[in-house]
Amino acid sequence: MIFSFDLLINAIVSGILIGGFYAAVTSGVSLSFGILDIVNIAHPAFIILGSYVAYAANSSLGVDPILASIVAMPAFYVLGAVVYQVYYTSFEKRGQESLRGLAFFFGLLFITEVSLVLYFGVDYRYVDARYIGPSWHFGILEIPLRILVPCLVSLLLMAVLQLFLTRTFVGRAIMAVAQDQLALRLMAVDPIRIKRIAFGISIATASLAGAFLIIIQPVEPSVGREYIGRVFAICVLGGMGSLPGTVIAAMLLGIVESLTSTFYGPSWAPAVSFGFLLLTLAVRPAGLLGR
Amino acid sequence: MRTPIFFLIWLAIGAAVFAVSLAIGNDYIFFAGYVVMQYVVLSTAWNILGGYCGYVNFGSAAFFALGAYSTVAIYKLITENDFYRMPMPVLMLIGGMVSGVVGLGMGYLTLRLRGAFFAIATLALAVVLQTLVVNWDFVGGSRGAYIIRPEQIWPIGNYVRYLFLIMMLLAVIALTIARLIEHSRLGYGFASIRDDELAAEASGVPTLRLKLIATTISGALMGMAGAPFPYYIGYLQPSSTFGLDYAVNSIAMPLIGGTTSWTGPLIGALLLGSLQQIATVTISSAVNLLIVGCVLVIFVIVAPNGIVGLVHTYLQRKPDDFVGRRHVEADVAGKVP
Repeated sequence: MIFSFDLLINAIVSGILIGGFYAAVTSGVSLSFGILDIVNIAHPAFIILGSYVAYAANSSLGVDPILASIVAMPAFYVLGAVVYQVYYTSFEKRGQESLRGLAFFFGLLFITEVSLVLYFGVDYRYVDARYIGPSWHFGILEIPLRILVPCLVSLLLMAVLQLFLTRTFVGRAIMAVAQDQLALRLMAVDPIRIKRIAFGISIATASLAGAFLIIIQPVEPSVGREYIGRVFAICVLGGMGSLPGTVIAAMLLGIVESLTSTFYGPSWAPAVSFGFLLLTLAVRPAGLLGR
Repeated sequence: MRTPIFFLIWLAIGAAVFAVSLAIGNDYIFFAGYVVMQYVVLSTAWNILGGYCGYVNFGSAAFFALGAYSTVAIYKLITENDFYRMPMPVLMLIGGMVSGVVGLGMGYLTLRLRGAFFAIATLALAVVLQTLVVNWDFVGGSRGAYIIRPEQIWPIGNYVRYLFLIMMLLAVIALTIARLIEHSRLGYGFASIRDDELAAEASGVPTLRLKLIATTISGALMGMAGAPFPYYIGYLQPSSTFGLDYAVNSIAMPLIGGTTSWTGPLIGALLLGSLQQIATVTISSAVNLLIVGCVLVIFVIVAPNGIVGLVHTYLQRKPDDFVGRRHVEADVAGKVP
């Protein structure tokens, strides 16, 4: 293996950019799994659904995929609220969330994936936008806009989410519901409503993350599975529900993955996240910025 | 009922099924029956960890594929060069051992943490093992591997019939193991973990060791179910062997049948497995997977204890059942840990 400085710098920079995108993908799981303790393993499937919504809007109306996904966010919010209501009444209320709740989300993952296969087929789909294709060059550095744009919008999303969680009443209530549900009830706040809102927001982020995904790479229905290991690895490493931690962990994973695929070949990249997850669970289960 | 008697009864039932299939004389019965039996083994194995201990394993496909790929590796190492064929039971034992060891290692890394982490780690394990196999050219890589199935075997004749017979035998063994566990100290230990792990730990149940035993047995049985698969299918390819349908089926079948006893996975696998075989022939394979997903979601919401639970409540018909009471308590007190 010939060591090349250009290659290394480019790999690190593209890792950071991809990491920014991973942060958006993980933000929803940080909310649902990190804060609410809902093991939503179907989250990547919702992201793929978001990709296909962006694809459908882009290919039939020619709308910008990010714009289309922002417009679709309320619909995803409602979908999330409905899913949470079903989850709450059938599992959380009965105290059965561990086994059957997991199976429920696994079933959702499966249904979403198979429905997308039946409707769109298994071909790879992609979108058109002005920023897909060109790159910026700084000396030896090459920054493709198709990765830079999602990264920047994603960081914006993370900042907005962080402000929402720390500055607004509902956001603080979401943080509080994770700690003490009974106390929240005593303050005359309905914890179920707060959790429903939080889960709705978590699914709404999937719409945006889905648009990023289809901008960065072509998408087919089973791509989401690769992201299951990734998002949970980032969420755990980031410290379960800490958004700044999520961004740092996402960029770390992005860099490691990018280095692996540059120096060992892209077919090894999926194994990195699992190694990351196992290492975190074995060495520091509380994550980087653990609560 | 004593375990040997139980085993013999099921052996007799298996022999009767085989005799009836022979009498029908259509080889398709053996092809379809093999898949159904394979699901009986997979769902029983899943239930040992998932139903008895309450730890959800999403990586059934990974353990299954480990068994299948250990057979491929042995085939490439020995059979292709020397024309010496290892007997199928030996292959199954090797596949079972490989999967069991991986299950043990996996459990050791993740079982000390909360249940959800284990579930996620098993999902990730499937992806990683698939990556390894795709990058391992010796067993065919992403191109897949061809296995030449012998036409005949003494004294049964047709090789597919032999595979069906051996898978049925494995199913009987798996059911016997599951029932044996259920009525032993081990089973009570598992049940205590499922109901309240903290309380079990506090009363001196060696929870980690029990969970490791469960993961190993469950993984080994899944590997054994996977070992004959290359000979059955003839052409093994990573994306289908690690497919999500094995994972979803081995979860859906016990949950639909009922997770608390050995009868649940058996009923679930026989029902759903036969339904899928019929649906694959008459409709299409994608639609039949959609059916499985929907049935799974409906069952976990509407009938939490599966078909066995439904039958049970129908027979007893108590107005104030356990679930109902829990539900009221949880509503009044909120979720207080």
